Amino acid sequence: MAAFIVRRLIQATLVMLVVALIAFLLFNYVGDPINNMVGQDTTAVEREALREQLGLNDPFYIQFGRFVEHILEGNFGRSYRQSRPVEDMIADYLPATLELAVVSAILALVFGVAMGVYTALRRYSAFSQVLMTVSLIGVSLPTFLIGIILIQVFAVELHWLPPQGRVGGEDDLVRLGWWTTGLLSLEGWRRIILPAITLGMFQMTLIMRLVRAEMLEVLRTDFIKFARARGLTDRAVHFGHALRNTMVPVITITGLQFGTIIAFAIITERVFNWPGVGQMFLDAVIHVDIPVMAAYLVLIAMVFVVVNLAVDILYFVVDPRLRVERSTTGH
Amino acid sequence: MKLKAALLAGAVLLAAGTAAQAETLRFAFQGQVSSLDPHSLNETFTLGYQGNIYEGLISRGPNLEIEPALATSWELMEPTRWRFHLREGVTFHNGNPFTADDVVFSYERAISEGSDVRTKVGGITEVVAVDDYTVDFITESPNPIIMAEWETWYIMDREWCEEHGATGVTNVADPDAENYANLHANGTGPFMVTVREPGVRTVAVPFADWWGEPQHNLTEVVFTPIAEDATRVAALLAGDVDMAYPIPLQDIERVEDNDGTRALTGPELRTIFLGLDQARDELLYSSVEGTNPFQDRRVRLAFYQAIDMNAIQQVVMRGQSTPSAAMVAPGINGFPEELERYPYDPEAARALLAEAGYPEGFSVRLNCPNDRYVNDEDICIAVTNMLGQVGIDVELMAETKSIYFGRILAQGGYDTSFYLLGWTPGSFDSYNVLYNLVHTRNEDGAGTFNNGGYSNPEVDALTAQILSETDQDARAAMIAEAWQMLHDDVGYIPLHQQALAWGVSDNVELIQRADNEFVWNWVTINQ
Repeated sequence: MAAFIVRRLIQATLVMLVVALIAFLLFNYVGDPINNMVGQDTTAVEREALREQLGLNDPFYIQFGRFVEHILEGNFGRSYRQSRPVEDMIADYLPATLELAVVSAILALVFGVAMGVYTALRRYSAFSQVLMTVSLIGVSLPTFLIGIILIQVFAVELHWLPPQGRVGGEDDLVRLGWWTTGLLSLEGWRRIILPAITLGMFQMTLIMRLVRAEMLEVLRTDFIKFARARGLTDRAVHFGHALRNTMVPVITITGLQFGTIIAFAIITERVFNWPGVGQMFLDAVIHVDIPVMAAYLVLIAMVFVVVNLAVDILYFVVDPRLRVERSTTGH
Repeated sequence: MKLKAALLAGAVLLAAGTAAQAETLRFAFQGQVSSLDPHSLNETFTLGYQGNIYEGLISRGPNLEIEPALATSWELMEPTRWRFHLREGVTFHNGNPFTADDVVFSYERAISEGSDVRTKVGGITEVVAVDDYTVDFITESPNPIIMAEWETWYIMDREWCEEHGATGVTNVADPDAENYANLHANGTGPFMVTVREPGVRTVAVPFADWWGEPQHNLTEVVFTPIAEDATRVAALLAGDVDMAYPIPLQDIERVEDNDGTRALTGPELRTIFLGLDQARDELLYSSVEGTNPFQDRRVRLAFYQAIDMNAIQQVVMRGQSTPSAAMVAPGINGFPEELERYPYDPEAARALLAEAGYPEGFSVRLNCPNDRYVNDEDICIAVTNMLGQVGIDVELMAETKSIYFGRILAQGGYDTSFYLLGWTPGSFDSYNVLYNLVHTRNEDGAGTFNNGGYSNPEVDALTAQILSETDQDARAAMIAEAWQMLHDDVGYIPLHQQALAWGVSDNVELIQRADNEFVWNWVTINQ
């Protein structure tokens, strides 16, 4: 087990290095940061001096080498735009993204599993048909559009919920050390609902369809028939046996999707003006804020790697067969 | 007195439920306040925000007229020596008194390394504190408009900067220095910052000891950046903010039609124009070889007359623009009112091209930004089509601003044959445009943004005279003459001034200034 984790960590480091390398290659094409850092009246000589100071005239492999070296020292550089250490910025923006991701993942999981079970057990009921149709819309509509529609309906027309998230006032945010949370106040919840639904919509429909398909499959197997023959209640059969046996793929997908949720939060954050790392990244792209872009991409790579690792470890816990297999092959 | 205070407190408590909330102004802009350091970035919005916290020696009124601020009066002692008399009894937010020493310090800071406001105090050789409330500015050559950009050259407190190690300007290039002034502010202005969360919100409250008479009735100002257009408009319509800008042209009607909000529009000071490479002997991106067609005035005029500004105004800009014959906007000192656009006339354009030796036309590449100005790419598409009507085959190359400016400006070696650009003179004076865009490019920095390399020695000579002429009438005549020459030469093709568009809640009264700066002191919230 320990050897496995160490091996995965080494792979993870490699993955992050490669991501950073590709990112740096791409930075040659995103434009010139200098124009965003000075006003229109700044002379060409001053612009050139700044470029030289920032090392932007060096070939990319030297810039990349410097970046890696600084990261190893725990220094992500300073934002060109905000003149603040990038790690401070991430610490400011990350709580918002993580809260949004966790809330929408929970929403997706709870409603996804519930709806999946329901549509599997009552396959032909009208409500199931409605759920299946609605879920099709959830998969096919782009996040951006879902967000705009929700804002238009619930904020602009009905005035039920606010159109933008987490404005950071005293009535919606609570500070716990360096972490700020919107989950301890009513206003904070009012502001997270729409973005969380938008972000979790795709995952919810995915989980629902997955659970439904797996349930239908499991319900046909022999051990369910035996369970029924033993006279167990429907409840015990459905939830104690059938649902439990669909959980391995559901855990895999939910886990893997959690990385996706964080990475794709960019669009949702943008639409709802949610001050998370996705917004931070978009702003960095617009202003060619290279240190921020680089740090964000490495961070996202790390999230994926960690999530994958966590899922692998969960397998060991959930499915005893995997444990045996891995240890015998000793791979 | 105590009783009165107690009664007042009671009344305030009773009213607190609604009134306290109503006097909070919440506003949104598409970008962020990059820094609170007033010398670190010369950008309209950032400087405009800081202008509510910090002040300059002068300020500008609703119509951009120069008004006394931290200086009460000024006089020209000799051609190269200006004397400014400072306001007495002014304190910074931390309680420190404002004196001549702070002006000298702010000057030194503004010209130090990393400062982006150097041009605002350019041409000054020495700043002398004569006594606590008198400062002399000695200039290299006579400068009649020395204070023109000083409403955004903000005065900082020397003691405060020294105490917090912020005597230098916030400098990104120096990775070890975390500048205190980047996240904290201490000005003399009517508001002071209480909460600074970059990218999320910045909160300010009125400064009780401000020297001026507050015209606002605000108790708090909360700023949130909202980058996405649709969300910014929705936040205004849903009442989540009281004021938001800019409003995209296509949403102006929605804001007007919505109950409780209105749109405020007006011409902006920025002029959008097309530039043509007249410097090279052969264009970089054109089918014409061995010669540069843009060196022929007839070709430049043909391009000018082929463009239908009315159509662009009606269709592309939805009526929200003012076609312009000049390279400066009304409201800029020296705006040539009498100048008229050459009429739209595709027939004449074709004839001019034939006369110049291009009866079949030719092809040329047009460089254009697609995220900098209002509908910039659409303007270029319209121009492309209109030039196509007279036989010019335009290859449009539209790019994001970071790449675009890197290409067409000096650092990219003026890598363009034909381009679209916008310019607002920071001094609100024609000289700034003549010097940066019209003057022949030289090593002293003149004509740095003259990307097309237009050059007319007579205009250059006039520009030099305009800088040092202290007689206002003679100066105005010279500016008018320079604009006329440029117009006659067709050195540029001016297009229009785009419109400002602010969305405002109906219970908010404010003044929209043409430089797009939002002054909170002019805001009142009605119940």
